Amino acid sequence: MTRIVAGRREATAIERVFREAYGQAVATLVRVYGDITLAEDAVQDAFVVASDRWRSGGIPPNPAGWIVTTARNRAIDDHRRTARGRELHGQLGAVASAWRDQGVDDRAEDEILRDDQLRLIFTCCHPALRTEHQVALTLRLLGGLSVDEVARSFLVSESAMAKRLVRTKYKIKAAKIPYRVPAEADLPERLRPVLSVMYLIYNTGVDNPERSSLRGDGIRLARALVELMPDEPEAAGLLALMLLSESRMPARTADGALVLLRDQDRAMWNRTMIEEAHAIVRACIRRGQPGSFQLQAAIQAVHCDADSFEVTDWPQIVVLYDHLFSIMPTPVVALNRAIAIGEVEGPGAALTALDAIGPDLDNYHLMHAARGTTLRRLGQRDAAKVSFERAAQLAATEADRRFLAHQIEELAEDGELM
Amino acid sequence: MSQYLLSTYAKKGDVREPMTPEEMQPMMERVFALEAEMKETGTFVFSGRLHDPDAATVVRMTDGDLVMTDGPFAESKEHIAGFYIINADDLDAALAWAGKVVGAINHPIEVSPFFEMPGG
Repeated sequence: MTRIVAGRREATAIERVFREAYGQAVATLVRVYGDITLAEDAVQDAFVVASDRWRSGGIPPNPAGWIVTTARNRAIDDHRRTARGRELHGQLGAVASAWRDQGVDDRAEDEILRDDQLRLIFTCCHPALRTEHQVALTLRLLGGLSVDEVARSFLVSESAMAKRLVRTKYKIKAAKIPYRVPAEADLPERLRPVLSVMYLIYNTGVDNPERSSLRGDGIRLARALVELMPDEPEAAGLLALMLLSESRMPARTADGALVLLRDQDRAMWNRTMIEEAHAIVRACIRRGQPGSFQLQAAIQAVHCDADSFEVTDWPQIVVLYDHLFSIMPTPVVALNRAIAIGEVEGPGAALTALDAIGPDLDNYHLMHAARGTTLRRLGQRDAAKVSFERAAQLAATEADRRFLAHQIEELAEDGELM
Repeated sequence: MSQYLLSTYAKKGDVREPMTPEEMQPMMERVFALEAEMKETGTFVFSGRLHDPDAATVVRMTDGDLVMTDGPFAESKEHIAGFYIINADDLDAALAWAGKVVGAINHPIEVSPFFEMPGG
């Protein structure tokens, strides 16, 4: 009995190591092979060898390195008989002896591994691939999720996801999407889809409780990106934004219903995450190259800094939303700005701002929810009810619908008090 | 080095106002300048502009006989109006050239990789 439990625990540890090593191993082998599918096959082979050997001999000190080396050696062995294999073998041999001759240290090797990962990130998130394909490939190759896990994240069958991944890899190969870190001049434009993919992964986990593990995947990927590109303030901003959102997750729902920021139990917020994120935001401010993720993180940092909703520095939040709107003039940013204005200038000002953006967001449940809350504060109960009902019709998640049903109940109670 | 087809599509029945000579002139100049740049850099392989699909004929084998049919093969609204075939190192390079073509003709461009023959 004990043995079975121990065996299971060991398998989980190995699985975790595999997940963590997968991205690095595939990234390095793509450099060797120039082909994702061959790289994945070689890594899979190495995993089979590893799970056999590690179960009896234990996990080695540098499991990722072990996987990469084993997969690389097997890749070369497999191809030694072909012309391409001999060529690769020659190249790798030359690289290895060059390292030895120049006394290349571990740091140089780290840098090479880092570049491998960056190249693969930019390939997975290439703008010539559609977003859902970018996301699927990123989770599979960089996140190390199994095809089945990625499929479950998108509520599609494993075979449908397998086909999607095959199609994406086919396009990369057929159209020759390069494995390359973009030139400095193209970087801002090419970094944007990378950050969006990671944020989308995180937010899919936020919006769907049954897929909550995507939140951890999103944070893990963003953290890796920050380590790979420490000079990119927007990558840091994205990580801080995720951490601040994550810190509030325990207080965000109660009995399956959404709890507004106003009503959250702030003692439940994760202070460790908030402190890490605040340090990142402060470093971003010192750097003075604001971008949309840094500004969103700064706004959330102001919220997390406040001991209560009432003592929140709302004027500061309005200033930050103004800045954000100037570089990201979307209706959703305008909506959040309108809500913040309501806290500084009162519900009348909020309603005026909401009226201006209403037509653009007529199908967005949070616009109608914000309208309902504002109208309620203005004492316009009937109009508020109409807005909350419209929001409930449009809401996609159960937590949102429960919250809105609760608001409508409270409106009725308001009426009884009068 | 790979080859890519940069094609531009026209919609049937989507008759645009004919360009005035004043509008045509700068566009032609942009196109000529771009083609010169393509040739200088060894990018250019071939280019062409096609007549309306009404001018097309389909040839097929039916019961051992060659049969001609008037009109295009695909019954779609869109048809290829013109194309470039270019040499490019990878998709990023091809997309950069496609961007220049879009800038010259102000029309969307589809970028398709050519199948590469093994050892070709």
